[in-house]
Amino acid sequence: MMERIETLGRTVEEAVQKALKELGVDREDVQINILEEPSKGLFGLRNRLARVEVVLDQNPGKVAKRFLENVLRIMQVKADMEIRHMGDYIHLNLRGANLGILIGRRGETLDALQYLTNLHVRKKCEHKGKIILDVEDYRSKREKTLARLAVRLAEEAKRTGRNIVLEPMNPHERRVVHTTLQGNRYVQTHSEGEEPYRKIIIVPKK
Amino acid sequence: MRELVEVLAKALVDDPRAVIVTEKEKDRSLVLELRVAPQDMGKVIGKQGRIAKAIRTVVKAMATKEGKRAVVEIGQEH
Repeated sequence: MMERIETLGRTVEEAVQKALKELGVDREDVQINILEEPSKGLFGLRNRLARVEVVLDQNPGKVAKRFLENVLRIMQVKADMEIRHMGDYIHLNLRGANLGILIGRRGETLDALQYLTNLHVRKKCEHKGKIILDVEDYRSKREKTLARLAVRLAEEAKRTGRNIVLEPMNPHERRVVHTTLQGNRYVQTHSEGEEPYRKIIIVPKK
Repeated sequence: MRELVEVLAKALVDDPRAVIVTEKEKDRSLVLELRVAPQDMGKVIGKQGRIAKAIRTVVKAMATKEGKRAVVEIGQEH
């Protein structure tokens, strides 16, 4: 993707519009430097055009947004994007109809897109934080489901006195389960196995 | 599909101009061959193939949407 462009126009505005069109972005995604103001020479002679430099804004949220917009355009998926900055984290939530394709089986596609977005952003800007990608609040809903599941299975472990082995989960999901049961007086949790098959075991305390 | 592989790869490499994606039909699937500059191989494969896997997952999602089968093969630019 082009990152910087210089254009000419009869007015500054005309030059800017031309640049935005060529870059295919909105005004909020760029920084505009006026290199030369237009001027009219005497008797209309030696008219000088406006010359502007338009540079894509490299803030992490915008870099991520542009990358995803590009990917979604090619996949022919229509979605609105909300960006929220929370400390070092940038939350990008996509909303729209039929976005299941972006989630995939157990969030597999969503995780892949999030991973690629993070690699791209880390490459473009010196961004130490993390981009969290979500589709229709899938992640937050899944977290709530996992937390409920964890509590229910902990009850079961306590009641039966037996270990309970959960299905394989990714690191983020495992953390949700560990955190949920951290303060539980009756059970302990730990993980076993290698990625991507690593899974949690809930062990009743003796 | 070819364009998708191209955009994903170009977003990750140091030398986007060396990214070439060709497509061909083979046994009723679409084979997308991605080639990048030698020094960029790691950027599209990753540790234990993690990046390659993510690229394949996203491409697979699009293929499923279009009712196709797609395979992404990765090689060095010759």
